[in-house]
Amino acid sequence: MSAPPGRRRVAVRHRRTYGPYVVLGALDSAARAQPGQFYMLASAERWGGGEGERPYLARAVSVMAVADDGLTEFLLEDVGPGTRRLCEAQPGEELLVLGPLGHGFGAPGADVAPLLVGGGIGVAPLVAVQRAWGGTAVLGFRDGDHARGGELFDEPLIATDDGSAGHHGLVGDLLEAELAKQRRPVYACGPPAMLDDVRRRAASYEVASQLALEAPMACGFGACYGCVVATVDGYRRVCVDGPVFDGALLA
Amino acid sequence: MIEFAGLRLRHRVINASGCFDVLAAARVFGDELFAEFPFAAYVSKTITLSARDGNPPPRLWESAAGLINSIGLPNRGLRAYREADLPALAGVLPVPLITNVMGSTPEEVGELIDALEVEPAVAAIELNVSCPNVATGLDIGADPAGLEALLRHVRPRSSKPLIVKLTPNTADVAACAAGAQAGGADAVSLINTLRALALAPDGSGAWLGGGSGGLSGPAIRTVALAQVAQVARRVTIPIVGMGGVASGADARDLIDVGATLVAVGTESFRDPAAGGRIARELERAFAQIGG
Repeated sequence: MSAPPGRRRVAVRHRRTYGPYVVLGALDSAARAQPGQFYMLASAERWGGGEGERPYLARAVSVMAVADDGLTEFLLEDVGPGTRRLCEAQPGEELLVLGPLGHGFGAPGADVAPLLVGGGIGVAPLVAVQRAWGGTAVLGFRDGDHARGGELFDEPLIATDDGSAGHHGLVGDLLEAELAKQRRPVYACGPPAMLDDVRRRAASYEVASQLALEAPMACGFGACYGCVVATVDGYRRVCVDGPVFDGALLA
Repeated sequence: MIEFAGLRLRHRVINASGCFDVLAAARVFGDELFAEFPFAAYVSKTITLSARDGNPPPRLWESAAGLINSIGLPNRGLRAYREADLPALAGVLPVPLITNVMGSTPEEVGELIDALEVEPAVAAIELNVSCPNVATGLDIGADPAGLEALLRHVRPRSSKPLIVKLTPNTADVAACAAGAQAGGADAVSLINTLRALALAPDGSGAWLGGGSGGLSGPAIRTVALAQVAQVARRVTIPIVGMGGVASGADARDLIDVGATLVAVGTESFRDPAAGGRIARELERAFAQIGG
């Protein structure tokens, strides 16, 4: 299904917090996102005039989950003037949205339970993946407070950098153990260093990896060419050629 | 209908080159994009003779009410544009196509213009002259005499309207516009982005992979207004005004100081339907004062 070709206003239905993370739910009556797709989000009021007279551009935000009635949820973390303003949004307040955008994850084969590897705010699209297709979530967070993001998953395995929850170490350690037990396709989203590690481990076990990339974007629909990533075929736009890429295609 | 340099357009709002990719947008939004196409003419991204990868990322920096970009004109080159893009555009585009080209010498620009002259899908040509002259180091478009010489070289080779996209990074933009007019340009468009620098927060130097970049968005609106006014006082050929336009009122301001058309750039990044909204707001603004 194509996205409507313009920005729309949708009201925030609910706002929940999980440690430092904020989940915003909004009803999109015009479209249903697939796991891995994203929207460009801005607040309808007071967008701009924050730190450094920002934000100005909308922010690309992964879809965390979509219900059958179109209730679409986003996971946010305050990391700058744009996400700060979005995190402040309260029920009833309107967002300006464009989407759903980009190519999402491909479905796993029948009876295949994938490994879902997420780091930090990058766990967001994997919630939708687990709800659609199941699979084992293997999640890495900075600390125990951030690890509350794991509450969004069914029976996750958790690693933290400081050891305050779950395994003390990197999510890659947990992934390695799971792959050694059973080879299965990997779905991942997280910081660049984590994704690099994930696709190397997947390649060494000869399993497919689908990686959802993040990149600053001005538009989200292929106009600005600002969000490119290096692939074996040269630069590709994360917004229209991704955000989900086959790990084997990344340079 | 609006008459502009031989084109007949439905309204006064077009896109700024490099700020809309119709073929990508059609894949994202489907046929609905064309049901209410936001622009009265479509200006392509810059096409060069050879393919260009563009600059290494990062390519974007959000600044106060604006955007600094260093994209580097990625495109697949003239041949792929003619063989793949033009037939695809001809099949879907509901408005005239203005193809933007850039060459680093008059001979290169001439070659691009010769190729487009025989393409019926191309209604007009816009020359991106924000390209360094290898001999002087100046942008070709920053030197009035060089610009006039370039136009004298290429003007006889094309029957299509030639629009010169002026650079604002020059001492006297009106003199450059006069040079373009003297060389035979049918119109000028301005302003291109203002040269700008973003520093990495960690103190490691330039943030953008390409070094410096170009500033666009509301931050440059008043600069655009001043430059369009300056140029309008100097030339008689029509002007496409642009720079930070986000509303019908902004468009109206540029028209008031001498623009015939208005281009929307960065605002289209925020909303792909912005061009259509601005055109409607502009029509209402004209209707209200009977202009």
